[in-house]
Amino acid sequence: MRGNAEAHQMIAPGSLAAVLDLMSSAPGEWTPIAGGTEIMVAHAAGKPVAEKLVSLWGIPELRFIEDRTESIAIGAAATFRDLRAHAAINADWPLVSRASSWIGSIANQSRATVGGNLVNGSPAADSSPAFLVYDAEIELVSSRGSRRIPYAAFHTGYKQNAMAPDELLYAIHLPRRFAQHRQYLRKVGTRRAMAVAKVALAVTALLKEGQMSEIRVAAASLAPFPVRLVQVETALLGQPINSITIQPARAALLAEATPIDDIRSTATYRRQVGANLLEEFLIKLRTGDASK
Amino acid sequence: MSAPWATIRFILNGEPCAVHAPPMKRLLDVLREDLRLTGTKEGCGEGECGSCSVRMNGELVNSCLVPVIQAEGATVQTIEGLATNGELHPLQKAFLACGGAQCGICTPGMLMAAAQLLDVNPHPNIAEIREGLAGNLCRCTGFMRIFESVVKAAANESTSTEEQAAHAR
Repeated sequence: MRGNAEAHQMIAPGSLAAVLDLMSSAPGEWTPIAGGTEIMVAHAAGKPVAEKLVSLWGIPELRFIEDRTESIAIGAAATFRDLRAHAAINADWPLVSRASSWIGSIANQSRATVGGNLVNGSPAADSSPAFLVYDAEIELVSSRGSRRIPYAAFHTGYKQNAMAPDELLYAIHLPRRFAQHRQYLRKVGTRRAMAVAKVALAVTALLKEGQMSEIRVAAASLAPFPVRLVQVETALLGQPINSITIQPARAALLAEATPIDDIRSTATYRRQVGANLLEEFLIKLRTGDASK
Repeated sequence: MSAPWATIRFILNGEPCAVHAPPMKRLLDVLREDLRLTGTKEGCGEGECGSCSVRMNGELVNSCLVPVIQAEGATVQTIEGLATNGELHPLQKAFLACGGAQCGICTPGMLMAAAQLLDVNPHPNIAEIREGLAGNLCRCTGFMRIFESVVKAAANESTSTEEQAAHAR
């Protein structure tokens, strides 16, 4: 049964400073809501939703994309439609554009925000693997100040993250240094639109003289939260790419992944398909046709 | 416990309006219950089916997922605002001509999604039409007649624009 709207307080202070004041005056008491594509869905299904909600929608200080030459800063309330429409993101972080096109439907992309996707922390989050392989940094803000942490250190457990109760996700920063990297992102789901990933894999890799000089591999739905697969990276680093080195990389993924059975898929399927995606990338890399 | 209600003002189909409602009340319910605009339909109620699609500040949204407080100051267009001065929108004409509507529950949302698509991309190819309407589910038509309707509307719209240009000359 649907939740009762009248049982919730929802306020829209309209500025970042006012939101931070509210959150510092009663840490943990107010839950931010942006586009509502998680909270309003839970509300519709009658699942527990925080009693006190503070709206971040329509706060211009949070909805921005700022090109800073060495990097790009994406405000937490930028929508996935904003990301898809941004020329520099399309050009220099194409995996982010592609992942953004996978978020629900056009109507969802108009409302769903980058910050919401990351703070919600779904293991299947569409944008997360791309951000992980681009070495993203998260900027957190509170009335005490701001701090930056690697995105890879943001998720700390199933639906848990490194934010303090009075902190807000302010922006995500992507360094601009992947022009030479081979880049890969593939999601396996039931339908192109509106389907949550059974498994997704992202890779950025740099080959030098036939050997892997840099590699980042990240996955959705292979762990309780979106993760870098560091054992897979270690297995490949410094190696040439051939049938002898692909096998240990597959084995590392099978060992490192900790997927679950749920309504969308099984752990066995996810592990196997995750390894197949990795192998697909490595074969493309070896034959030189890895798509960007 | 009952939370305080709020007065929310926005522009609805070109006219200013104000409603007094719980701030978390869904825009969908405000449209249908408070404002008596029942053209916007509820299908799934969780952002999956697109029946409740409306346009807010020029973007397509599922009104079932918009708490009404977030519509404060916004420009909202519903299916009731698609025709202008009693003249059906080219998409509405095309849906009639091509059999793009059957039971009608998905139709208002489908039209709003299609209107959004044509505003952004006046000449979409079939893949772009499919993507633009991928969040709108129809159980009757099998989608082909809907896609044909959008193709026809896009063609007609460009014809009528060219005609207008010819007249202007």
